[in-house]
Amino acid sequence: VTEQITTEEGTITAAQATATEAGVPVSAFDDPHLRPFARNPRRTELVIGLFLFVGLLGFAAYGGVYFVGGQTRLEGVFAGVGLFAFGFGLSAWGKYLLPQGPFVEDRHHLSSTDEERDSMTAAVVDRAKLTFRRRGFLGGLLGAGAGVMGIVLAFPLIRSLGPNQPGKTFETTNWKAGLRLVDVTGRPIHSSDLEVGGALTVFPEGFVGSSIDMSMLVRPEPAYKNIVTMPGRETWGPRGYVAYSKMCTHAGCPVGLYQELTQTLLCPCHQSVFNVMDGAVPEFGPAPRPLPQLPLMIDSAGWIRAQAGYDQPVGPGFWERS
Amino acid sequence: VSATVSARRARSRKSPLSGTDPVGSSVKWLDERLGIAKGGRVFLDKIFPDHWSFLLGEIALYSFIILVLTGIFLSLYYVPSASDVIYHGVYKPLQGVKMSAAYASSVDLSFAVRGGLVIRQMHHWAADVFIGSIAVHMSRIFFTGAYRKPRELNWIIGVTLLMLAIINGFLGYSLPDDLVSGTGIRLAFSFILSIPVIGSYLAVFLFGGNFPGSGIIIPRFFIIHVLLLPLAILGLISVHLGLLVRQKHTQFPGHGRTEQNVVGTPMYPTFILKTTGFLFMIAGVLWALGGLVQVNPIWQYGPYQPYKISYAVQPDWYMGWLDGALRIMPSWEFTGFGHTIPFEVFLPTILFPGLTFTLFWVWPFVAAKISGDRAEHHLLDRPRDRPIHTAVGALGLAFYFTLFAASSTDVLANFFHVSLNAVLWFFRLAVIVIPIIVGLTTWRICLEMSGVHGIGKRKRALVMSRSPEGGYTTVETAPRPGDQPEELPPEPVPTYIKIEDELEAESVGAGDSSGVRRVPRR
Repeated sequence: VTEQITTEEGTITAAQATATEAGVPVSAFDDPHLRPFARNPRRTELVIGLFLFVGLLGFAAYGGVYFVGGQTRLEGVFAGVGLFAFGFGLSAWGKYLLPQGPFVEDRHHLSSTDEERDSMTAAVVDRAKLTFRRRGFLGGLLGAGAGVMGIVLAFPLIRSLGPNQPGKTFETTNWKAGLRLVDVTGRPIHSSDLEVGGALTVFPEGFVGSSIDMSMLVRPEPAYKNIVTMPGRETWGPRGYVAYSKMCTHAGCPVGLYQELTQTLLCPCHQSVFNVMDGAVPEFGPAPRPLPQLPLMIDSAGWIRAQAGYDQPVGPGFWERS
Repeated sequence: VSATVSARRARSRKSPLSGTDPVGSSVKWLDERLGIAKGGRVFLDKIFPDHWSFLLGEIALYSFIILVLTGIFLSLYYVPSASDVIYHGVYKPLQGVKMSAAYASSVDLSFAVRGGLVIRQMHHWAADVFIGSIAVHMSRIFFTGAYRKPRELNWIIGVTLLMLAIINGFLGYSLPDDLVSGTGIRLAFSFILSIPVIGSYLAVFLFGGNFPGSGIIIPRFFIIHVLLLPLAILGLISVHLGLLVRQKHTQFPGHGRTEQNVVGTPMYPTFILKTTGFLFMIAGVLWALGGLVQVNPIWQYGPYQPYKISYAVQPDWYMGWLDGALRIMPSWEFTGFGHTIPFEVFLPTILFPGLTFTLFWVWPFVAAKISGDRAEHHLLDRPRDRPIHTAVGALGLAFYFTLFAASSTDVLANFFHVSLNAVLWFFRLAVIVIPIIVGLTTWRICLEMSGVHGIGKRKRALVMSRSPEGGYTTVETAPRPGDQPEELPPEPVPTYIKIEDELEAESVGAGDSSGVRRVPRR
């Protein structure tokens, strides 16, 4: 039923005539690039419509779930399925219903001609020369001023960050001679508190929770044995107790796992293993140094106290550590 | 109906060029002030080549958009403060527990804010997808040689984006101040501390004292995470895309594609529809993950306490390569001259990532130097056509994957019931041996593939015949459908994109009931 019209360009349909009047060239009609990618656009439209509709339903359902109080999994399902279906519909629309192409565009040369480049270079160099010619002292002042400004402006940015100097902060702890050991609740530790094979995180009295002071109190032996982990530490492990810094010498994690069977402390971060009976010398893993040992004593009332502070910095290595 | 009737109809319809309809008049208004029409038209016609691997960068871009949107939501509820509070929120198991305000608000925005948990988990998933897709996108760029001249700058920007994304991922992971992420901050402190000469000053300046510091680190991480780095990432993404538009896309060789052109689909309407749909699909997947797949359940870890620790402490996956390096590094601490250099920490966590990114940054220039190839390239390589290059890439990937696997030494030892010592030594060797094996194998596979005639194409039957003289000839049979590329030769985007059946439907008009529709030829 399509009407044929004869023009100087040949036989065209009425539709084409309409379009031609509107300025569409006749060649545009037979261009296969402009046909949709879909073999059957009608059916494709239906399928895409279905996806968009599922998207719509998903959004509405998400709104409903949210309105009645929210439910994590349903929110995820409805919004997720809705958005995915909606997006799939849009992408399919673009891919299957729009002109299939392929289309091409030229890639223009990005670089300029040699003359243009030379003129740019010349402009930069010549004008700089013009600016600084016989004005060396101005140039010097410009450089010096900018340099000083740069350095001075960095002061508030960097120096203000550090009213605290590192000083001795990495080398000292709060452990002092005579301080009682307390647990995480602040309760002092009595020599009868731990069974053989027990372990406990302890702090110096008054410093509960402090990162640098945290120590592991371990009881590998019964009360009649004093533990000597190394020569020179004869009195450090009274009545089967021994204590080490809990801060790993590798990267500072808490060395939290005590394994009674092998008498080792294990750091769960990078698996350094320290021997409790041996001065916590690393047996395995990336830790470079033994855990510092806290010298213990037990007073007449049975409270466990520190004989002294740590004899070396605790925790990971740093530049100033000698 | 005559031609004149149709012509009258055509005139009676508003012409889009007349400047009287809303779009036309806005274009006119803007064009008179900004001169947008000429360049705008070129932009609408901008060609986007089609290949599945070009979607990888889009995944990164869209997950960044999701990150920004979900992040804005989270920032409305999160309290960036390390001050102590006693929890009295909705999550019963933590009632009365002392914790930081940051942790309390993170738990509460998960449970007390409607829809909050989904958004929080979506944000976490989007970060994982963001960094993952950048890494895969970067691998694609590497293996196809897309970083070569003139795109070295965009490669450098991309590498910087990967670095910033990883850092920002770590900062965001640290903000809830739960037991696992707090351990991560503790480790970060030790890493900074390990830097020779300035380490202890840097660490103390940043944290306001020896760890855990004055509590200032949470607000500082917060502002870096939500403002400074997102701004930097946004700026770099803009430049990344700007350069891409300026230099135009690369494309795989094929039918009608040359170094001088770009073949694909136009920006408007085809690409914009497809890519907007893709944005929604990614959002949908992330939302479903956020709702269905639990990630980083901070309420189970509990608040951070410096003396507490749990088993199998691991960072998010994108830090795995550094954690693995830290685990398998031997304990080579240097002590002498009154100083200590903790190489066992400094080397794997500061020097190694520094060298890694430096190598990535300068790679385009290194590759040009080695290959002597300084020509412009807009057509992509097939990886198998450059065996050595591909082998180097595979070697690098294998190296980082082995390090990544090494970040789970303790879990592997438990799972396979072998000693931790054995697993550690296995990885110390594997990190050298596996990349070499993978590199050599890749090289060999590439060589084998490039030697095969017609690889990747459908094979055609050969007809063998014997001539009366006794000689043999083989002739390929005629191509079957699918043997040849079905694509049409590419053409410039026409001024008028009108699909035939639409024109026809229009010409039939509203009052015309004949409604003839031609099925498009195919």
